Amino acid sequence: MVKSKSAYSIPTKVGKLETHIIVVWVDNEASVLSRVVGLFSGRGYNIESLAVAEVDQKKNLSRITIVTTGTPQVIEQIVLQLKKLVPVHKVGNFKREDKNVIFKEMALLKIVANSSKIKKVLNVCKKFNPVILDKTNKSVVIQITALRREIDKMTKNLKSSGLISVSRTGAVAMTRGAEIFN
Amino acid sequence: MPKLYTGAEIVFKCLEDQKVKHIFGYPGGAVLPIYDELKNHSSIKHILVRHEQGAGHAAEGYARSSGKPGVVLVTSGPGATNVVTALTDAYMDSVPLVCISGQVPTHLIGTDAFQECDTTGITRPCTKHNWLVKDINDLSRIMHLAFEVATTGRPGPVLVDIPKDIQFAKAKYIPAKKIKREKILSNNRFNQKDIDKLIQLMNKASKPIFYTGGGVVNSGPEASKLLRELVSLTGFPITSTLQGLGAYPGNDNQFIGMLGMHGTYEANNAMHDCDLLINIGARFDDRITGKIDEFSPKSKKVHIDIDPSSINKIIKVDLSIVGDVKDVIKLTTKTLKQKNINLEKSNKQKISKWWQQIEKWKTKDSLNFINSDKIIKPQYAVQRLYELTKNQDTFITTEVGQHQMWAAQHYKFDKPNRWMTSGGLGTMGYGLPAAVGVQLAHPKKLVIDVAGEASVLMTMQEMSTAVQYNLPIKIFILNNQYMGMVRQWQELLHEKNYSESYTEALPDFVKLAEAYGCVGIRANDPEELDQKIQEMIDIDKPVIFDCRVDQAENCFPMIPSGKPHNQMLLGPKDQEENKITGKGKALV
Repeated sequence: MVKSKSAYSIPTKVGKLETHIIVVWVDNEASVLSRVVGLFSGRGYNIESLAVAEVDQKKNLSRITIVTTGTPQVIEQIVLQLKKLVPVHKVGNFKREDKNVIFKEMALLKIVANSSKIKKVLNVCKKFNPVILDKTNKSVVIQITALRREIDKMTKNLKSSGLISVSRTGAVAMTRGAEIFN
Repeated sequence: MPKLYTGAEIVFKCLEDQKVKHIFGYPGGAVLPIYDELKNHSSIKHILVRHEQGAGHAAEGYARSSGKPGVVLVTSGPGATNVVTALTDAYMDSVPLVCISGQVPTHLIGTDAFQECDTTGITRPCTKHNWLVKDINDLSRIMHLAFEVATTGRPGPVLVDIPKDIQFAKAKYIPAKKIKREKILSNNRFNQKDIDKLIQLMNKASKPIFYTGGGVVNSGPEASKLLRELVSLTGFPITSTLQGLGAYPGNDNQFIGMLGMHGTYEANNAMHDCDLLINIGARFDDRITGKIDEFSPKSKKVHIDIDPSSINKIIKVDLSIVGDVKDVIKLTTKTLKQKNINLEKSNKQKISKWWQQIEKWKTKDSLNFINSDKIIKPQYAVQRLYELTKNQDTFITTEVGQHQMWAAQHYKFDKPNRWMTSGGLGTMGYGLPAAVGVQLAHPKKLVIDVAGEASVLMTMQEMSTAVQYNLPIKIFILNNQYMGMVRQWQELLHEKNYSESYTEALPDFVKLAEAYGCVGIRANDPEELDQKIQEMIDIDKPVIFDCRVDQAENCFPMIPSGKPHNQMLLGPKDQEENKITGKGKALV
């Protein structure tokens, strides 16, 4: 073994990576998003996607949904560190495979093509609740909601059918059934 | 119509309400209204430092030695950025600080105004929380909340950034007790079952050890008392982190010394071989654990901590107890006594073999060094300092480096809050300003900064503060002309390439002391050391003591990088012996 020249330890085995959806309820105040995001960047955690908006005007609450990957130990740390932030009220943590949770992302797709091609595209989008938001005889803007990987696949496949612009949100999440997360 | 106060008045009313006696600060354009108000509040004394970093460290020393939060007042821009090092230091070592910073007027924020900086942005990662006060009506609430956040749970620094126009604006003052608060979560999230589990583990253990840290000190003097009771009740050996020193008496038989990179042979080996490890208020820092994969491989691990995020962060534990150390120990001791399972007797037999093993390790005498009658050995200097000061209540601060480790190894503390050192961040220049803060909190006590000549030059200007306020701090410099710890690592890891670790042109510390208006003493010879140290103690003025020590001395024992606890590098005596027998190579 090569002799270490560092006063720090050498990184050793890394645990298995898991993808989790972390939901954070926060006071909607100045710089709260940078506190949450700064915690992730400062401690070297990963953000795959982020969605944030105020959900309760009266109580001034925002809901942040973050998709992240990390070892189980890192995920546990993320949750515990988030809970320490002063404006954070509660933190939810779901595995992506969790069947009791619905995850959705939204995407806007702009397609410039002739009408027969557009028809084809709309057909392909059928599974993902397509809504036509704008239509001319040369173009169409479609809104779809789906899982991340489904949208990934769609955007890849539609490239040849005239897809010229994509705008996507981060994932949002909600538990199934009557229970709410506490 | 209720009386309206200016923002500056509200700041002071809050400080009075919070029973603040001292603030450390430095004036500037954006805090002038607050400084203008100072004269109307005689119960609060302002200490003018020479650099804002000094204000931060002084407040840290004040807080650590007194248990009360330290308060810092600085101006915008450079004032705020200068205090960042101290805030980060306090954040790493869990010291409660409230920093108030001035800011340019609200309408100029974001325009790159004179002395403007994004203070809340810059200090976000180094505070528990910070606030930019944009509305005068929020000021009272935020000020009181700042004190609450800084001092509750795991303590730490907070910052309140107040624009200049807010300092002039007027509003009602709301006292602390009238602030509406959301429910405060209790620090204690454990129950009797957890304690029962702990006691079960204690009963089963045949090689147990307590590993205690700064959390015990932060929990207050009562926690240290309770810890002593628990340790004597169980008969278990106890080791402490750098920050925890003093929580348990350093000269007690059950205390086996500090652990970690420069800890004792017996403490580190006991950590490695134990079958039950009870962590009380420590955080498995990387200077403690050594190689993670081989850290204490055979033990059940218990972690008692007030901060849930400390648990399982580095080392997976078998039992976690989240709560205030004081309350956890209290319930544990109570349960132990109630169950009356004569732990002491049964355990002592069970663990007597364990103690025999520890005694065997102790015979290595790992803190030994080869003394000299020609040149002062730094370890010898610390030992003499200890012997000559141990009969009075002495407070020790340190800078960072070899001298810090020697002080930790050879100075025995028997009370908490007597040992102030920068552990987490390792800030050179911490000790001198910290001593200023300690002396203010304890005017009649002996306060000594065990320093290195390189570290102390980083904040040397604060001697001027000590002189201004007649604070008789003693700066005991172990002067080897090297950044000693850097030199040691270069010797051991970088083939003796002493790149930039030697200081060519040092000031004459005796003359420097005189220039500051304090007393300078120099010692070159081991023979004169005692008499000179006594002279230093007897002078009722600030003293700079230039103790010229061996330049080549290394700090041992040491866990080399990437090695587990049981592969320590021992001192020169042992290395010599092992060369002869050939057995020691495994140790190196």
